[in-house]
Amino acid sequence: MDLFEYQAKELFRKFGMAVPDGKVASSPAAAEKVAAKIGGRVVVKAQVQVGGRGKAGGIKLADDPAGAKAVAEQILGMDIKGHKVRRVLVEQAGDIKSEFYASFLLDRTAKAYLGMMSAKGGVDIEEVAATDPEAIARVHVSPLTGLQPYHVRELLFGARIPKEAHAGAGELLRTMYLVFIQMDASLVEVNPMVLTGDGTVVALDAKVSLDENAGYRHPEFEKLSSEIPLQKQEKVAKEKGLNYVKLDGRIGIIGNGAGLTMSTLDVVAEAGGTPANFLDIGGGANAATMAAGIDLIFSDRKVKSLFVNIFGGITRCDEVARGILGALEQLPNLKAPIVVRLDGTNATEGRRILEEAAHPNITMAPTMLEAAAKAVALTKGRRA
Amino acid sequence: MSILLDENTRVLVQGITGSEGTFHTKRNLAYGTKVVAGVTPGKGGQKWEDRIPVFDTVADAVNETGANASLIFVPARFAQDAILEAADSGIGLVVCITEGIPARDMSVVYPYIRAKGVTLIGPNCPGLISPGKANMGIIPGEITGPGPVGLVSRSGTLTYQVMYEMFTRGIGQSTCIGIGGDPIVGSNFIDILSRFAEDPETQAVVVIGEIGGDEEERAASFIKENVDKPIVAYVAGFTAPEGKRMGHAGAIVSGSKGTAQAKAEAFESMGVRVGRNPTEVAELAIAALD
Repeated sequence: MDLFEYQAKELFRKFGMAVPDGKVASSPAAAEKVAAKIGGRVVVKAQVQVGGRGKAGGIKLADDPAGAKAVAEQILGMDIKGHKVRRVLVEQAGDIKSEFYASFLLDRTAKAYLGMMSAKGGVDIEEVAATDPEAIARVHVSPLTGLQPYHVRELLFGARIPKEAHAGAGELLRTMYLVFIQMDASLVEVNPMVLTGDGTVVALDAKVSLDENAGYRHPEFEKLSSEIPLQKQEKVAKEKGLNYVKLDGRIGIIGNGAGLTMSTLDVVAEAGGTPANFLDIGGGANAATMAAGIDLIFSDRKVKSLFVNIFGGITRCDEVARGILGALEQLPNLKAPIVVRLDGTNATEGRRILEEAAHPNITMAPTMLEAAAKAVALTKGRRA
Repeated sequence: MSILLDENTRVLVQGITGSEGTFHTKRNLAYGTKVVAGVTPGKGGQKWEDRIPVFDTVADAVNETGANASLIFVPARFAQDAILEAADSGIGLVVCITEGIPARDMSVVYPYIRAKGVTLIGPNCPGLISPGKANMGIIPGEITGPGPVGLVSRSGTLTYQVMYEMFTRGIGQSTCIGIGGDPIVGSNFIDILSRFAEDPETQAVVVIGEIGGDEEERAASFIKENVDKPIVAYVAGFTAPEGKRMGHAGAIVSGSKGTAQAKAEAFESMGVRVGRNPTEVAELAIAALD
């Protein structure tokens, strides 16, 4: 789960980290109010989960509350790379002496935590990594020992952070690590971390990704996730506990198991079709899950056909077959063709159930590749 | 021969009395796996299904039954504890089926078990099977038979698909291993490939990868330097969009990193043939035997 900047900063504040005074607002009037409370010059920042908002005009300065209201009006409702701006963060604008970069993340390759710091802050770190890799200090932290003082020193000295910022930046690094561990984050990034004119160091921007698997020990995750907008079908999927990702194509996909489902998308694309979604009904899927999945997929009007690709392990193909028929009973107006391929546990029984039902929408196919070709052929000519 | 698991492996099941544990232990026993003990804290002294002794701790189970491998079905919040308990009780092979374990828990487990020399398969995996000898996990035993091909994969059902494609063409496997779909898993492709390289029964190996991380890229370089046997590969997720988690916690493309295209190219640049779909990779593996 990727947090908005304002959510990440609220989290930072709870941990006692230095962040600029500010608050989130979802209307120009509210932005004006926040600006009045802060006093002086403020910066109004679009809250979107995508980079490059500054270049897109999503960050603007304002001299007073009336100005904050005016720029909030411009920013709210903007479309930044397909993300609609619903909230702005209004913050005190300070004078910036230097900008740094700092982050902690889970390094999959090293199976350890990776701390990174650079004196080149406020710019795209991947670009710095490509053009001037020497400018980034890296240190691996063993999950068994945790962050030690020498790790912090290696980052500060390694990145050639100016001495006057060491105390403040070191404190921020230690707190970032605490957030990383205690919140089960996969990424905590501050870019830029700034040294201000009065010598303090603050987190000017904040990016935090949380590990949803750890949600059971963090009741607060639910509130955070409720503030993150989901596309309509994804919202329904979440409520029903289905593993669904929306894509742009015309052929709906249901598979069991993440790998097989991904592979199903690929073979459909290879056969010349466009997958409309990823939907993994998981192990042990039953009739009810199947019905919920079919219903969800066809709620996307672009979908013209469905390919159900099941390899039964724990999932029983007879259950899947009954689920498909059950779903079709609930969707009497559905005209779209459904191509079904069943193999593995109880496949013979599953195929028999579907053959006997002889439902006009259902076409059976003996293999995954033939099924994909059929789904593509049946979708062609159906109006987009 | 086979790798890691055979007819002599003495298996204990952590979480044997739960519904998942019970269901799959029955299937593993029916396949011929030597399941010698179960562990459920608080149920020590009972007999599971009137036949397998249940213990309160893994240490007791090991002392009483000589178990040397553990199969874990406990819920995600107890999994870190279960894996570490097995490792500290002298178990050499731990297979964790559990899905949804926080990455931080695994980040602590990983360096600990590696330092102890314990082999962990998973978590979030289907386990492993040495066809005709033993089955440890949730892989359906009916879709495979003994044979010369080793198989290692990050996915479950996709593994079954490839096993089945080979089986219907008359070719079986030495051992099939699902290493799991999480960002941190106990064994990586290289760990398993080096075992297959040493196994005289394994004549060719199929590697099934997917988007996310750089396991496939590292495996490709390792194969070129260290493996003489023919290896074929498949990568799932060519159509996966950036930034979306495709089912598995570890299956996510971040920026230009972790794409299926990059992984397939890494394999091909190291001389590993890549099948475009599960059927083709099965056919390539069979062709590689000649």
